Amino acid sequence: MAKKNPTQMQTDWTYAPAPESTSHIRLEKKYQLFINNEWVEPSSKKYFPSINPATEETLAEIAWANEADVDRAVKSARKAYKEVWSKMSGIERGKYIFRIARMMQERAREFAVIESLDCGKPIRESRDVDVPLACNHFFYYAGWADKLEYAFPHKIPEALGVAGQIIPWNFPLLMAAWKIAPALAAGNTVVLKPAETTSLTALKLAEIIKDSGLPAGVVNIVTGFGDTGAAIVNHHDVDKIAFTGSTHVGKIIQRAVVGTHKKTTLELGGKSANIILDDAPIDQAVEGIINGIFFNQGHVCCAGSRLFVQENVADLVIKKLKSRMESLYVGDPLDKNTDIGAINSKEQLDTINKYIKIGKAEGAEIYQSECSIPSRGYFCKPTIFTGVSQSHVIAQEEIFGPVLTIQTFRTIDEVIQKANNTPYGLAAGVWTDKGSRIFNLTTKLRAGVVWANTYNKFDPVSPFGGYKESGFGREGGLHGLSAYLK
Amino acid sequence: MKKSYNPTLIHANSRVDKVGVEERVARFQTRSIKNEAKKQGLLMVLNMIDLTTLEGKDTPGKVQQMCYKAQHLHDVYPGLPTVAAVCVYPSMVSVARKALGNSPVKVASVSTAFPSGQSTREIKISDTKYAVEQGADEIDMVISRGQFLAGEYGFVFDEIAAIKEACGKARLKVILETGELCTLDNVRIASDIAIHAGADFIKTSTGKIQPAATMQVTYTMLMAIKDYYDQTGKMIGMKPAGGISTAKLALHNLVMVKEILGNQWLSNDWFRFGASSLANDVLMQLMKTESGLYQSPDYFSID
Repeated sequence: MAKKNPTQMQTDWTYAPAPESTSHIRLEKKYQLFINNEWVEPSSKKYFPSINPATEETLAEIAWANEADVDRAVKSARKAYKEVWSKMSGIERGKYIFRIARMMQERAREFAVIESLDCGKPIRESRDVDVPLACNHFFYYAGWADKLEYAFPHKIPEALGVAGQIIPWNFPLLMAAWKIAPALAAGNTVVLKPAETTSLTALKLAEIIKDSGLPAGVVNIVTGFGDTGAAIVNHHDVDKIAFTGSTHVGKIIQRAVVGTHKKTTLELGGKSANIILDDAPIDQAVEGIINGIFFNQGHVCCAGSRLFVQENVADLVIKKLKSRMESLYVGDPLDKNTDIGAINSKEQLDTINKYIKIGKAEGAEIYQSECSIPSRGYFCKPTIFTGVSQSHVIAQEEIFGPVLTIQTFRTIDEVIQKANNTPYGLAAGVWTDKGSRIFNLTTKLRAGVVWANTYNKFDPVSPFGGYKESGFGREGGLHGLSAYLK
Repeated sequence: MKKSYNPTLIHANSRVDKVGVEERVARFQTRSIKNEAKKQGLLMVLNMIDLTTLEGKDTPGKVQQMCYKAQHLHDVYPGLPTVAAVCVYPSMVSVARKALGNSPVKVASVSTAFPSGQSTREIKISDTKYAVEQGADEIDMVISRGQFLAGEYGFVFDEIAAIKEACGKARLKVILETGELCTLDNVRIASDIAIHAGADFIKTSTGKIQPAATMQVTYTMLMAIKDYYDQTGKMIGMKPAGGISTAKLALHNLVMVKEILGNQWLSNDWFRFGASSLANDVLMQLMKTESGLYQSPDYFSID
């Protein structure tokens, strides 16, 4: 033991609050519908509040579009398609998309702050992941706009017409970018509905779209609840439905479009397997587990929510995982040091808590990090369950929160079987030092994306989408572009 | 009981994924250290510095000046701590010892044919004993990188154990010279060898080879320390040396130590910076927290 140092200093070092400033953002008290490049009152005259989930305060009132409003938006999109957008050359379309991308970049900080306020996600993520990726999607697809015949040789690429797009609340701006950018590049016009809890960044994007001089009606944004979405899905003059959200709603949409001319892509839920083999670089695998399940509070459709650890390293991995969980900062989404922010809504927090209760009742062993959570707002401690089997509800159903189930396995064949034994098939992760094991698993796992020695990596160039009840169609890359072409 | 090289202990956790380490390290670098936390962090950094001069042209005069600076970092700022230690060649230990008198600042001496380590074990042991006899509180040894890369782990282990014995009461810092070890897997293996062979501290570099104390390397070594602590309950110290010349980088290192090992490692008993120019940048930042303005480097002494 070392000699006592006479100049011994205080070692209790805590980070001072480092909140991102909100002084530079501009939010209206009330937001109207964005139709034909104009802000119009909803014919319903109804508005609903958008809540900051970290404080439970109302950020703004949002217009609630009804069938008549959706009809107006679709008509405006159809007119813009027929008269302007379908006649415009690809190179000119590309210029508009590039311009939108650049304007988003210029206002990246404002987008990041509003996203964190409205959505609850930590500013570190909205600043470093959501907003830059959203901009990159516009940049990427802008480049394709005048090269469609090279993207799809031996075909005459033709736009579909009016695309109805419905997006979720977990990555509001990013999902808007995933939907709008390829649609415009391929020559379609758009009616987009953001999720009811997170409309604000889509409406800020509408401001940019207006300022960019994009011809009126090419992008229309209608806000509202499920009935608004249903009005889009059921509208006779919509040529394409692109939906990202729950499998439950995906099934309703699928039923609604049966027998119509509407093309559909659905990107739905997941219960993705993250598989740690005994030769994996353990410390990095633990980081991958953390990133896989706690990124964006676990509100990620491809979250690595089912962890499979090989039995001979399970104790070590779980011990290290618990220790690592203790160094996660849970709290104010706007603090630059926050790792885990607020749960998006009270409703979602109730759902997560319901599953935590079920997990306990099923006899799984719960561990939650010892962090304190704010008394106001919707927060959930990082949670893991050990002693879980395939038959547990918490291992079968999508929780969409910071809740991980852990199972062990002995052989590779066993883990392949278990990983595939789910109605979902969105993503998977494999951790091993051996290239041969990676290729063996990636060819056998039935999931749209398989990550090796990493997790939750996204890029506009890379297609994304699911097997089975995780949906069909791909977004991102050339695949994402082809979904908007005849 | 005599310690010996045990492959199952040493190689149990030697797989390190460089891409994953880079990602993790980047996360530490996004931590925002503001206001009081920044000030306290900067003071801790000063108190963790091993003020170093290791040059062929070192003279007693140079070492005496450095020893004064070690105790009087910037007297216009009241209440500053001293640095942790001065680090010199064995021939300068007695000069430093005398210059420091009763000061809490420790004398660290490099040894074992620093920096290359290319000598016999006998000479390395007598080098070490000489430095201890001259009054060194701490010994910074280098490992035999040639033997390590040749896979002679047992040789490296035994050498560290022999030097530890020669140290007596002096604390032993084992320099891995990570810039010559090529991979993070090797850094991890070397860390485990040093820890199990009796190191009190593990240290990244001599400062003579680039790259030196990158955060990736320090991270890998901190994980080795953590694993050893989790298994045995024994704390091992860490000293990144070479290449940390700014306050910002030093604070990122502190963040990393705090989040991996916890606050109990945040003292100069367990964490050091080997640096020659870091202190003045930290002082400049400290003065800025008071005045809001950056002063010219000419206002900070360069002993």
